[in-house]
Amino acid sequence: MKSAVIVFPGTNRERDMRTALKRVTGRDPLMLFHREELPKDLDLVVLAGGFSYGDYLRCGAMAAQSPIMRDVKDFAAKGGHILGVCNGFQILIEAGLLPGGLLRNASLRFLSMDCHMRVERAGTAFTSRWQKGAIFRAPMAHGDGNYFADDATLDRLEGEGLVAFRYTDENGTVTEAANRNGSARNIAGILSPNLRICGLMPHPEDLVDPLMGGTDGLPMFESLADAFVAA
Amino acid sequence: MKARVYVMPKAGVLDPQGKAIGHALEGLGFAGVSDVRAGKVIELDLAETDAAKAKAAAEDMARKLLANTVIESFRVEIA
Repeated sequence: MKSAVIVFPGTNRERDMRTALKRVTGRDPLMLFHREELPKDLDLVVLAGGFSYGDYLRCGAMAAQSPIMRDVKDFAAKGGHILGVCNGFQILIEAGLLPGGLLRNASLRFLSMDCHMRVERAGTAFTSRWQKGAIFRAPMAHGDGNYFADDATLDRLEGEGLVAFRYTDENGTVTEAANRNGSARNIAGILSPNLRICGLMPHPEDLVDPLMGGTDGLPMFESLADAFVAA
Repeated sequence: MKARVYVMPKAGVLDPQGKAIGHALEGLGFAGVSDVRAGKVIELDLAETDAAKAKAAAEDMARKLLANTVIESFRVEIA
């Protein structure tokens, strides 16, 4: 698997992402600064977490306009696989590659804690190592993760099986208490219609080694490695 | 020509910031504030001298960058 992690000014989780990708593929992803060009032969582009451009205007809004995002949009248009985590999810939304918006957390508090998610859509390049309904833990750390979309969009996402992950309690039950940031219908992560773009707020890349306290997030990266096993 | 772009959370979109400000006002003893919405104002200095064209340009900027129209509405004033 040939992957690249995009680094904007203010991105700060790119090395966590590198660790996770290297663990499953044995090779380092390219680390590309926002002014560089995207190579043509990539399997996967990752937008990592952080506070790109200081979260000016709206989280992800500035990064979405940066030069490399033109290449990322072309990559998406050609059917490339893209993973966006946390600020990366916000950037995908601001770039129009995923629908909806991410509002300030309903509590107004920055949330830095573990959460549990249920896998709502298995069998994708991001989720094939999980069964539908599997529950896993992941750290989250964000101030603006409150997923919003109008009802028609939410119905479409649900109807087409494009909700990837939902916040639940540790038993997999959808509860209001488990939905710490106030997201619509407990949505933690979504997929594009072609299932090749995935964005989520929590950080699976931060639980990929027993030394980190668990390997709950590892299946996402193993799924990606499986998807590009020949590459 | 100056353009002022008002960006507000859309009606129906939760505005936790506005809610928190409302609670704080209540705590200060200001009674009778039934709702608070918090947005932002962006001022633009434009080279354009035609008011209608300046407004159209600012609206285009708002749609493409200054507002996220999924969650925010905007209004442009030319001064």
